[in-house]
Amino acid sequence: MTEAVDLTHTPADEEFRAEARAWLTAHVPPRPLPSLETAEGFAAHRAWEAELAADRWSVVSWPERYGGRDAGLVRWLVFEEEYYAAGAPGRVGQNGVSLLAPTLFDHGTEEQRARVLPPMATGEVVWAQAWSEPEAGSDLAALRSRAVRTAGGWLLTGQKTWSSRAAFADRAFGLFRSDPDTPGPHQGLTYLMFDLRAPGVTVRPIGRLDGKPAFAELFLDQVFVPDEDVIGEPGQGWRIAMSTAGNERGLTLRSPGRFLACADRLLSLWQEQGAPESAAAGVADAVVRARAYQLFTYAAASRHLDGEALGPESSLNKVFWSELDLALHETALDLLGPAGEEAGSPWSEGYVFALAGPVYAGTNEIQRDIIAERLLGLPKGRR
Amino acid sequence: MRFLLDTGQRDFASALRALLAAADTPRVVRDWSRGEHASGRALWGRIAEAGVFGLAVPEEYGGAGRRPVELAVAFVELGRYAVPGPSVETVAAAVLLGERADLAKRFLPELASGSAMATVTMSFARHGYGLALDGDAAQVRLAATPEGLRLSPGAGAVRRSLDPARRLTPLPPVGELVGAEPAWAEALLWARLATAAQALGVGLALLDRTVAYVKQRTQFGVPIGSFQAVRHRLADVRIALEFARPLVFGAAVTMSPADVAAAKLSACEAGYAAARAALQLHGAIGYTAEYDLSLWLTKARALRGAWGAPEECRRVVLGRP
Repeated sequence: MTEAVDLTHTPADEEFRAEARAWLTAHVPPRPLPSLETAEGFAAHRAWEAELAADRWSVVSWPERYGGRDAGLVRWLVFEEEYYAAGAPGRVGQNGVSLLAPTLFDHGTEEQRARVLPPMATGEVVWAQAWSEPEAGSDLAALRSRAVRTAGGWLLTGQKTWSSRAAFADRAFGLFRSDPDTPGPHQGLTYLMFDLRAPGVTVRPIGRLDGKPAFAELFLDQVFVPDEDVIGEPGQGWRIAMSTAGNERGLTLRSPGRFLACADRLLSLWQEQGAPESAAAGVADAVVRARAYQLFTYAAASRHLDGEALGPESSLNKVFWSELDLALHETALDLLGPAGEEAGSPWSEGYVFALAGPVYAGTNEIQRDIIAERLLGLPKGRR
Repeated sequence: MRFLLDTGQRDFASALRALLAAADTPRVVRDWSRGEHASGRALWGRIAEAGVFGLAVPEEYGGAGRRPVELAVAFVELGRYAVPGPSVETVAAAVLLGERADLAKRFLPELASGSAMATVTMSFARHGYGLALDGDAAQVRLAATPEGLRLSPGAGAVRRSLDPARRLTPLPPVGELVGAEPAWAEALLWARLATAAQALGVGLALLDRTVAYVKQRTQFGVPIGSFQAVRHRLADVRIALEFARPLVFGAAVTMSPADVAAAKLSACEAGYAAARAALQLHGAIGYTAEYDLSLWLTKARALRGAWGAPEECRRVVLGRP
């Protein structure tokens, strides 16, 4: 293998790109689906996942036996570029695919993978995350929801909140305190999967800024979870979840393809509007930052393929893409002028979604603390 | 796709870092700023020996062939150590002179070996009567004139720059005409790439020095680096630099005008953001000429304007004339 720096893709990777493009051209719905934060839209997005999965395009990087194509990281990046360039729908299964699945690959049993992953790949089971609690947000280790041992499993009791997709999802995963008497808050936590329709679960949807039920509160009262739905060792949940958080902040949550396509659409919008000078700087900066994100990711993927672990530098990534996403949409709304405030357009819908980016998946303040401590070596301080 | 420097490129960077770290560059910069060029010329010779000025010169003229990735690697290090002199301009001149075999034969060997420095008027894209960097030190002075490229016989009186190490000199638009249709666009691309890499190096140095400072400076009984306002400002600088870096090396790989302009824009903005944060977090000591931080602070500002100010780069990114 040559080790020379090279930004071109191999003929085989380009063939893969062409195959993906051809499929997407034939299948992407001509009009955007209804918002996935509505019952109707959720169902439409679930059906789209099934259509993708039927031809093995829903989880290209997974092993074939779970519904994937064994595509490496580079092909995943190529697929994502094509996916978003084609204007294909948002991914309703994102929580499961980018958070739970990597955890199962690293910490789950073969039985769990065989049972959980295939229906996740088809959208038959859509997953919600259950991390935050009313008193445990950025300080996640302060969580108080309990998992109490019972015959053959655990009983979950407590309250989770800001649970993305939970209003319409089928199952959820999260951390629960299984041992309340440990010396530190990061110990005694267990990583569990549970059914959102199990007896004892109450889901109360929460309207996000535009009123759509994008997340929910979960009230759990003695919810039974069998042992087979514990991931890893009981009590080791924090370590396992943090490896998920590393994934979430790293390469797989927001692919460059998404922002490249968005920057392209912004450029077209600007040109359609007569290329006003007043917006030129904002548009150029968005184009440059999308390219920067693509090249940063290519470099990270190359390091990863060389066997390097992706560590705290994924915090750089999270701050960058979340701010880029907002800047892209803000620039577009500014360009649209008075028409920009109209809800329901792809730009305004994208804007409302982007507003949450600096908050979820570890707030950008938490990410900056991680950068300061682990990358710059600055002393710990008050948060 | 493999977007990583290879072993040879990484070793090249380490060797240059070792050379420059041992060279007491702050003293050299201060000499240069006073117009005392001896220590700067000696350092220039060692940098040339490491192969830096041969990276835009074909092998037949004593260079390594045109190697933009290695050039970017080298200029990051020149920026990191605030090396003075017309290094970007020497690269641009090598590209301009390399277009004609007779000129290449006449000038490129001495540029590659470091026995001569070159400069060129910075506004050459507009064929103006521009200023050139360090015309008082360069032996080869290329003036952009309406008739084409001229070998200017001398430099006018030095004008001061915001960066004292950058000595700006007018070049009289007279002298031997050495090219009626010079390769302005190609030379601009190389100058812009080298400036972007240099600005990235300047920013990295500013961040390193500031991180070291806030760890040891205490106020209210604790290191100021434990305050969140300080930590987050430095985290933002790190983010800006880390996302400018792949643009610089990506531009070196593709050498497309849009990528090079994007790299110049981002690296200079990140470098300048690093300068602003560095000054703020050092406080009053950072505002003094005596403290070495000033050598990088002032350069970060100057490089932003050189070889394509932000608006010019944005025009190229948007594909506008």
